[in-house]
Amino acid sequence: MDLKELYQEIILDHGKNPRNLRKTENFNKDAKGHNPLCGDKVHIFLKIDENKNISDISFEGSGCAISMASASIMTDLMKEKKEKEVKELVEDFLQMIKESPEMKTKIISENEKTKLMSLSGVKQYPMRVKCATLAWHTLTSAMKNSQEETNTEKFD
Amino acid sequence: MNINNIKKQFPIFNNKVHNNDLVYLDSANSSQKPQMVVDRIYDFYTKEFSNVGRSVHYLAVAATNLYENTRTMMQKYINAKDSNEIVFTKGATEAINLVANTFGQKFLREGDEILLTELEHHSNYVPWHYLRKLKGVKINFAEINNDGEITLESIEKSITPKTKMIAVTHLSNVTGAILPIKEITSLAHSKNIPILIDGCQGAPHLKLDMQDIDCDFYAISCHKMYGPTGLGVLYAKKKWLDALPPYQGGGGMIREVKKEGISFGDLPNKYEAGTMATAQVIAFGESIKFLNQIGIENIEKHESELTKYGEEVLRKNNSVKLVGNPKNKGSVLSFTLDGIHAHDIATILDEDGVAIRAGHHCCQILHDKLGLSATARASLGVYNTKDDLDKLNESINKCKKIFDR
Repeated sequence: MDLKELYQEIILDHGKNPRNLRKTENFNKDAKGHNPLCGDKVHIFLKIDENKNISDISFEGSGCAISMASASIMTDLMKEKKEKEVKELVEDFLQMIKESPEMKTKIISENEKTKLMSLSGVKQYPMRVKCATLAWHTLTSAMKNSQEETNTEKFD
Repeated sequence: MNINNIKKQFPIFNNKVHNNDLVYLDSANSSQKPQMVVDRIYDFYTKEFSNVGRSVHYLAVAATNLYENTRTMMQKYINAKDSNEIVFTKGATEAINLVANTFGQKFLREGDEILLTELEHHSNYVPWHYLRKLKGVKINFAEINNDGEITLESIEKSITPKTKMIAVTHLSNVTGAILPIKEITSLAHSKNIPILIDGCQGAPHLKLDMQDIDCDFYAISCHKMYGPTGLGVLYAKKKWLDALPPYQGGGGMIREVKKEGISFGDLPNKYEAGTMATAQVIAFGESIKFLNQIGIENIEKHESELTKYGEEVLRKNNSVKLVGNPKNKGSVLSFTLDGIHAHDIATILDEDGVAIRAGHHCCQILHDKLGLSATARASLGVYNTKDDLDKLNESINKCKKIFDR
């Protein structure tokens, strides 16, 4: 396979200059994630308003280009989404990364789907799948405001 | 020594990786296997297989002799005094667990201290960690200096009147630092403290002489020594193997078993409960032959030249930062690249057939100390050439190109 499929411009762009890499002021939910095998760390902060919309989402962390790009693209996408939509998007993304050839959700535009699909290159590298999914699993924990750190060695 | 002939003995290099020749730079993780080792496993299973040390039939006797023959070869290879000082284990990890467990239960009490170093692989920390809870012992870590070395002074500074065991690596799998183990052993003994040396990285690359080093325990990983997986060797002075209790119970390690009680077998059986990794032990005899045919001095020289060459090449590459700068260095080149995570480096290098390791290399304590979450590591074996290191450098440059676009 061509390596460019994994290290595409969009991934390198988000990986080198992650969006939303900051800490949301007055966040009301958060969770930490850690991949102990490669040291990737992410801390996701959410501000959820009274209508259960994400009014702000941000993250802090460090890791490889794939994990940073994934967190960056994800946080961009989740702004202004409803709690229910977040759940659907996370499930759809994880399904796509694991087996499904494309994303099924109708919540986001084709353009946004293409951005997420750029991460599907990790399918060729089973050891790197966790780099792409860490932020997404951590977001699920953050929605539950889980105090327990998400650990990539504890999920499939 | 013609390195091309040596490489030809390793069938793995006949294969392509992503349509490229394999540049294998992960020998500190595990070495590739020469044909003679692979053949020996096949021959044993197809022509000679039997369990050892039990039945009296022809195959059993022959297999037992072959198995014990490797023990004697290993004794000679590391110049142990007695072949009974060679115990086969499932790996170096089990060898260290054996010592931590049996020494811990017999000799350690609450408040006793074990001295490790910040360079230790998890396999020379975690087995000791259990004793914190079980026995209430404390673990201390001798600190590295700025070059990623452990000096004799650093060990001396960390010894207290409560230190009951010192366990140190022979050669760091991250910085490549070779520890002055003979001096550390002599220091330990001057204070009546036994010493275990984690020889996983030492044994495949350096000449070993147990009687000269005089350490109490030395743990060896056979799959890093051109041998099969699932096998390790614990060298232990006979006085310790006599004094310590058995590690695991089962068949083969007992003398007499009654309802009222059990008596244990003599060395070396006492520490080899159950059916051992027989084919691996016998094939490991071929690994020792392979090492002897080339000569460990020649291997040391070849790898040391290559390491120097690799350091030169990588130092010239401005974006590469080498991890550690030990004066006495084994064939390990750990590095970081500005702005590119080690896992991204490893994935991009892999596309060129260049196999390196990325991560913390089972040394989280050291990486925390260095303030690095992950490093990339190229490590050498007898089959590597300068060409391999040039290809490594080319691939690193490609990596930068991809990230600079």
